[in-house]
Amino acid sequence: MTNPEAASPLPLKGAPLADRRSRLRGGCLDIALLAAALLGGCAMPQPWVKPYERERLADPIMRFNRDALAAKHGEHVRDIREASRGATGVQGGGCGCK
Amino acid sequence: MNAMHKLLSKRWALPLLLASAVGSANAAVQMSAAAPDFTLRSVGGANLRLQEQRGQVVLVNFWATWCGPCRQEMPHLNTLYSKYRSSGFVLLGVNIDDDPRAAADLATKLGVRFPVLLDTDKKVSRVYDMSAMPATLLIDRDGRVRHIHRGYRDGVEKTYEEQVRSLLKE
Amino acid sequence: MAASKPVGRLLAALAGLLGSVFAPTAARAATLPEDRAEAMVHVYKGGGVTASGPAVLVRKSLFDKVSLTGSLYVDAVSNASVDVVTTASPYKERRNDFGLALDYAVRDSLVTVGIGASKEPDYSTHSLSVDVAQETYGGMTTVNLGFTRAADEVGKTGDPGFFDQATHWQYRVGVTQILTPKWLASVNLEAISDTGYLGNTYRVARVFGAAVPERHPRTRSSRAVKFRTIGDLGKRDAVRAEYRYFWDTWDIKAHTLEAGYSRYLGESFLADGYVRYYTQSAALFYSDNAQSETTYVSRNRQLSDFDNVVVGGKLTFDWKKQPGQYDLKANAGVELFNLKYKNFTDVRNGSLYSLRAVVLQLYLTATY
Repeated sequence: MTNPEAASPLPLKGAPLADRRSRLRGGCLDIALLAAALLGGCAMPQPWVKPYERERLADPIMRFNRDALAAKHGEHVRDIREASRGATGVQGGGCGCK
Repeated sequence: MNAMHKLLSKRWALPLLLASAVGSANAAVQMSAAAPDFTLRSVGGANLRLQEQRGQVVLVNFWATWCGPCRQEMPHLNTLYSKYRSSGFVLLGVNIDDDPRAAADLATKLGVRFPVLLDTDKKVSRVYDMSAMPATLLIDRDGRVRHIHRGYRDGVEKTYEEQVRSLLKE
Repeated sequence: MAASKPVGRLLAALAGLLGSVFAPTAARAATLPEDRAEAMVHVYKGGGVTASGPAVLVRKSLFDKVSLTGSLYVDAVSNASVDVVTTASPYKERRNDFGLALDYAVRDSLVTVGIGASKEPDYSTHSLSVDVAQETYGGMTTVNLGFTRAADEVGKTGDPGFFDQATHWQYRVGVTQILTPKWLASVNLEAISDTGYLGNTYRVARVFGAAVPERHPRTRSSRAVKFRTIGDLGKRDAVRAEYRYFWDTWDIKAHTLEAGYSRYLGESFLADGYVRYYTQSAALFYSDNAQSETTYVSRNRQLSDFDNVVVGGKLTFDWKKQPGQYDLKANAGVELFNLKYKNFTDVRNGSLYSLRAVVLQLYLTATY
């Protein structure tokens, strides 16, 4: 006969605290995975912008960063004078200079 | 059965199974079913109808001037067309640019020899509902869709050639 | 344990991505970035500092599987800024920045691995970064994950005995979403952690009116979140807007707001115009003239309270074009900086310091 405690995915009263916590985390992970999988295809509507409708989006005018060097230099000039950094979308991170 | 039960009891199995089960949503174009008919104006001015190509092997390629892989694929399609056109092979390039002049310009610059059809209002694209650009369909002599290729990867033109040859032999 | 919650969420996100990879309709492939070469001359002039130099970038795809990018960026700096002239003497030095990156396309993902090295006489950095861009949801959504680790070696001119280090960790995550055939939006989040020597070996702080060497904390942790949107307006033009919020463990909070407009003019010209408004609040230990003794003290104006308004424009000329073969463009960009400090004084005249600068970029880009 299998141990009913071991088979249950949810924490049971009376089980040691660490054990309960780890099972709860495990349960949360299960739910998270399930949600992600559902969102991965079933529950969402069909993509509404088809590949043949993306002509305007393919234009260079619609790119956030058109030229890599110009963007890098622009970011560098701002980084040196301003304390904030990051989330710029310029690839490669900071320059690491004083 | 035991092995299956063991696999399914793993934490990640059910979510993964569900995700995979999403499968292909209602595709307008089904394999081995008749290819939806269409009539489009070609760059030369004449109208071309898909149904009139019955009896020949047809390759339909959806492309656009703004799609990099499409431009890469063009020369390979050109070679394929020149090689097999006399054996009963037709290649139709369906262009979906908003501006048909851009399509005509690029086709001339690339030296395209096969008919370039203009689907400016995207009617045919909507019917075929291809989920990628470029998209290539191979249709047999009876008008049935036999192969679908989504996107372009270097070397896939060899696969096109093999499939065209096998369809021509039928 | 606190660590498992974010790990759980990350795993869930990965499971969602994996799900889309296994779904049979997802037969698209990510494309490698286009082959490109850029050559630029850049100039910064303002506040007594002149920094200029060339920069070059070359990108080429190999075997249609990988794309290799090499870049070189040189900064020749002539520094006579308010800090330098009031505490030391003007100097000139050169910084070289090398970068090498490899892009690899696997199904719907683009993996980029890059290494970088920056060298100046008294400071050198080596960095490694990995970025993954994953297309999902029919190509309408792109998820970006990135990580950079950099290690710096700090020296001091005139003091051969001085040596220190700093390490930086950067974690990036972003989502770009196609909203309509004409609108795109993206959200980016970046967390940066620094440890080690984070100050400046030459800069001094002011305590009770006297100059003392600055004392910076040896750790710093920051977060930034940016929202962006760009849209096509239908008349061969586009408009974009972005907002970024930054906060860190030094108690600095900064807001950035930027709006830009781009338009094609005729057959060969493309014009851009933009305005950027930036404001930040000072670091906890920043002081123009400290009136008490604190563990950390700094007079680094980069950490003070200030506003920065930037106005910029760019013009691109399509010089030579052969569709399907190559495309050469000439570009000229100008930016005007206007920084107004709220608690940093110019010791030469006692009033609040303000800085005006001009940034110039002249460059050629070729796609082939």
